[in-house]
Amino acid sequence: MNIVVLVKQVPDSGADRNLRTDDNTVDRGSANNVINEMDEYAIEEALKIKEAHGGEVTILTMGPDQATESIRKALSMGPDKAVHVLDDALAGSCAVTTSKVLSTALGQLNADLVLCGAESTDGRVQVLPHMIAERLGVAALTGARKLTVDGGTLTIERQTEEGYEVVTAEAPAVVSVWDTINEPRYPSFKGIMAAKKKPVQTLPLADLGVAPAEVGHAGATSAVLEHSKRPPRSSGTKVTDEGAGGTQLVEFLATEKFV
Amino acid sequence: MSEVLVVVEATQEFGVKKVTLEMLTLARGLGTPSAVVLGGPGAAEALSAKLGEYGAAKIYAAESAEIDGYLVAPKATVLAELVTRVQPAAVLLASAQEGKEIAARLAVKLDNGILTDVVGLDADGTATQVVFAGSTIVKSKVTRGLPLVTVRPNSVTPEPAAATPAVEQLTVSVPAADKLARVVNRVAEQKGSRPELTEASVVVSGGRGVGTADNFKLVEELADLLGGAVGASRAAVDSGYYPHQFQVGQTGKTVSPQLYIALGISGAIQHRAGMQTSKTIVAVNKDGEAPIFELADFGVVGDLFKVVPQTAEEIRKRR
Repeated sequence: MNIVVLVKQVPDSGADRNLRTDDNTVDRGSANNVINEMDEYAIEEALKIKEAHGGEVTILTMGPDQATESIRKALSMGPDKAVHVLDDALAGSCAVTTSKVLSTALGQLNADLVLCGAESTDGRVQVLPHMIAERLGVAALTGARKLTVDGGTLTIERQTEEGYEVVTAEAPAVVSVWDTINEPRYPSFKGIMAAKKKPVQTLPLADLGVAPAEVGHAGATSAVLEHSKRPPRSSGTKVTDEGAGGTQLVEFLATEKFV
Repeated sequence: MSEVLVVVEATQEFGVKKVTLEMLTLARGLGTPSAVVLGGPGAAEALSAKLGEYGAAKIYAAESAEIDGYLVAPKATVLAELVTRVQPAAVLLASAQEGKEIAARLAVKLDNGILTDVVGLDADGTATQVVFAGSTIVKSKVTRGLPLVTVRPNSVTPEPAAATPAVEQLTVSVPAADKLARVVNRVAEQKGSRPELTEASVVVSGGRGVGTADNFKLVEELADLLGGAVGASRAAVDSGYYPHQFQVGQTGKTVSPQLYIALGISGAIQHRAGMQTSKTIVAVNKDGEAPIFELADFGVVGDLFKVVPQTAEEIRKRR
């Protein structure tokens, strides 16, 4: 199976993150930039499918120069090669235009299966898998906690508020995964060394036939008008339990009218 | 006044979800709300009274077994046709898995911008979002097409505004392109009578400090006494104490209840991402240095196995 995994570089969700004051986009300069955590689960799932059924795993990333770091990191887990959509004009792209660029790139890669994380930890927008499927005219199986591949038939289980759904489709398809699906492997030393030599193809917009005006700030379908830091919560009363902690807690709840 | 389409979220068990009433309330700031029911045969009938109570002047009902038999694509097609026909002032969906997925396809079909996890919406379509673990407030706007937004549950207080909705049945024909992802089974899991996590006004969550799956009974007991939902930190979920659908935080749900009680949760930034906008936060943790205390309105440094039973007992006494 020819599998393409979408990988996004994001600012580390474990540290402070900011928007830039000039254009309200994510401040990547001051951040520790890492692979979107959920994408590691998609990579793991792709590698497991390759191990069981054969095929090839390609990483596809759209992002600035520094995203190369995350691409090498992704390759060190075991994928075969990577494609990096890289163009200055892409800065400031919204979800709708990003889906256009990625779909166009995917169109050139002939994937049987596109795997990705269910959401990124920066935007948490969760819309890309369905946008891409809509553009490519293929099935979207989203939010998988389990994926089985039987020939060309893909079946997922996905959590819902009421329980879970079993959804099935024929490849080609887009499948997005949650972090409940597997346990991503750590790159081995051998993997890290091998990743340095794996092919990474750089794809500028011109090679995709997408005009610069269609993407980035120029082509964005939504705009951030302004942003501000939310005042940090101030800590209130802290008591040490000396036998009456529970009672004190209820007294607090009573003054706030919760009991 | 022009129409504002509100895509109804409902469950068979509980009927119209609270987030739908919030959306109807928000919609009234932009125009006249019309509710859109996308579901199986007879879906709208059971919901119309409640929708009218919160101001739906009209109900569009797209009811067909086919709509329910495939993953979201048929719903997006029906909705796109409706939007093209009635040219609403805005389209509102719930910021949950399915609402976001329908909105995603609608955005591509109409080549329209989209804003998700919106917590406020002005008359001119300017939306408020809270991003980066609740640390940053953003004002944003759709700049191509109409305001297409998904609304985060517990963002506004639903306000009733009685209306008598006229029901218009929509013709549903599902094209082959929308039948690619077939739902072969829907399995209902036992839920009990607790409110849904994202909609609950009280959430009681347990973390690593709860120690075992069995000990979560303590968390559940307190939640039930307060009429709340049960949540869990990622550490608790990863340790197998509680199922993933109840996880609060970065790779789980975002909640914004009136009261959030964190039991045995240290309060890593990834957890705070999911609960920081709660109105009142209470924490119980044996580590007095735990970061959760930095945001707690009331904190108890102590053993939760002593503090929580006493809390439960005291609440019972006061009834």
